Amino acid sequence: MHVSIIDYGMGNLRSVQKAFEKSGCTAGIVTSAQAVDDARALVLPGVGAFRKCFENLDRLGLISSIVSSIRSGKPFLGICLGLQILFSDSEEFGSCPGLDVIKGRVVRFPAEQRDSGGRLLKIPHMGWNVLSVRKQAPHLSGIEAGAHFYFVHSYYVAPDDPAVIATTTGYGAEFVSSIWKDNIFACQFHPEKSQAVGLQLLKNFTSFADRA
Amino acid sequence: MLAKRIIPCLDVKDGRVVKGVNFVNLRDAGDPVDNARFYDAEGADELVFLDITASHERRDIILEVVERTAAEVFMPVTVGGGIRDLDDIRNLLNAGADKVSINTAAVNKPDFVRAAAEKFGSQCIVVAVDAKRTRAGSDSESPWEVFIHGGRTPTGIDAVAWARKMETLGSGEILLTSMDRDGTQEGFDLPMTQAISRAVTIPVIASGGVGTMEHLYDGIVQGEADAVLAASIFHYRTHSIREVKQYLHAKGVPVRLV
Repeated sequence: MHVSIIDYGMGNLRSVQKAFEKSGCTAGIVTSAQAVDDARALVLPGVGAFRKCFENLDRLGLISSIVSSIRSGKPFLGICLGLQILFSDSEEFGSCPGLDVIKGRVVRFPAEQRDSGGRLLKIPHMGWNVLSVRKQAPHLSGIEAGAHFYFVHSYYVAPDDPAVIATTTGYGAEFVSSIWKDNIFACQFHPEKSQAVGLQLLKNFTSFADRA
Repeated sequence: MLAKRIIPCLDVKDGRVVKGVNFVNLRDAGDPVDNARFYDAEGADELVFLDITASHERRDIILEVVERTAAEVFMPVTVGGGIRDLDDIRNLLNAGADKVSINTAAVNKPDFVRAAAEKFGSQCIVVAVDAKRTRAGSDSESPWEVFIHGGRTPTGIDAVAWARKMETLGSGEILLTSMDRDGTQEGFDLPMTQAISRAVTIPVIASGGVGTMEHLYDGIVQGEADAVLAASIFHYRTHSIREVKQYLHAKGVPVRLV
């Protein structure tokens, strides 16, 4: 399997590429609509701001190719912003539209959330946290309950349809840490920064894509 | 629950680790990537490279170190030391660093922090604050003053107010080092750590003075730090990261056990 990682100027795609290579497949960086159309499996990584993510994808003319690739059933992995951008809109900087592939919103962690000891929870939610599995996606096979993944974000997704939720994670309240719907798996955490369990997830995505 | 992070720090000079894992299992104790791999296997939650290369002209060397590390070790890597402009940041991120730590440049030009956060996102901008107790009894907000140039130059800036200002400008995290405690192995400056941690809503990494596992526990529980950084106790193998995590876990601190 060869996976195509979409480069739209939002961060750490080299890390994603190297992590895929380490997990045993080949991975290339793509920047054009044609290359997105031609890809067998797509990965949309990204860190930073939602609005800039949308603007960059728009400016590069990638939006319709990404949306039609996803709708056609092509295996898709979204990471961090690559999860958030799938949603209808985000409350980051007022309100900003997303790709609307998954109905729902992207919302900020509420200020003034406190932990059990009464201390204010820090934002961004930064560091290693665990997943509660709501729906056993093939992407999570072989990953033990209680495994930690690396997160760094201030916003999270709130899907309209809870049936798309694959995992949730606790930070103050429970938030949605990954979704799985048909060919789409997208996660708020960074598998490319989550050591062995992260590489396992990437390997699972490749196997999933192989079977698709 | 979010785990408290345990972060080993490696001082790198001209591409070689000068304060790293002093241990026979490594092929080469001076190779940063060997050290990174070692800490990765032990369960470190992040790595910090502090580039202490004296000359700015030799910065390509740290880029090569970061690139080699990122190809082998899949955890967050922060690089600090000598970061002066947006190009320095871009080059490090492109090489595979996840975050950069800015210290002197933030004091010289606070708007640099804002520009960096706007350009690359707050999630990758760490402001390193080196502070010392200098003004107990004066009318400033706290007794701690910010120092730059590796702790040699006082700035007259109040550390608590400074941390708050850095948050406002877009810093995603504060790396707080006590210059009074650094190298002493007497433990963190706990009142300072707690004061800064309570003053901001971004994560705070405590640094400076760790000599025992209890110091790390105190930094998290009394200092209210979100993460703890140490060099010597890991470097000299006083304790392994795995041992530290088991100790903290047994005392009820949420950690990631590997």
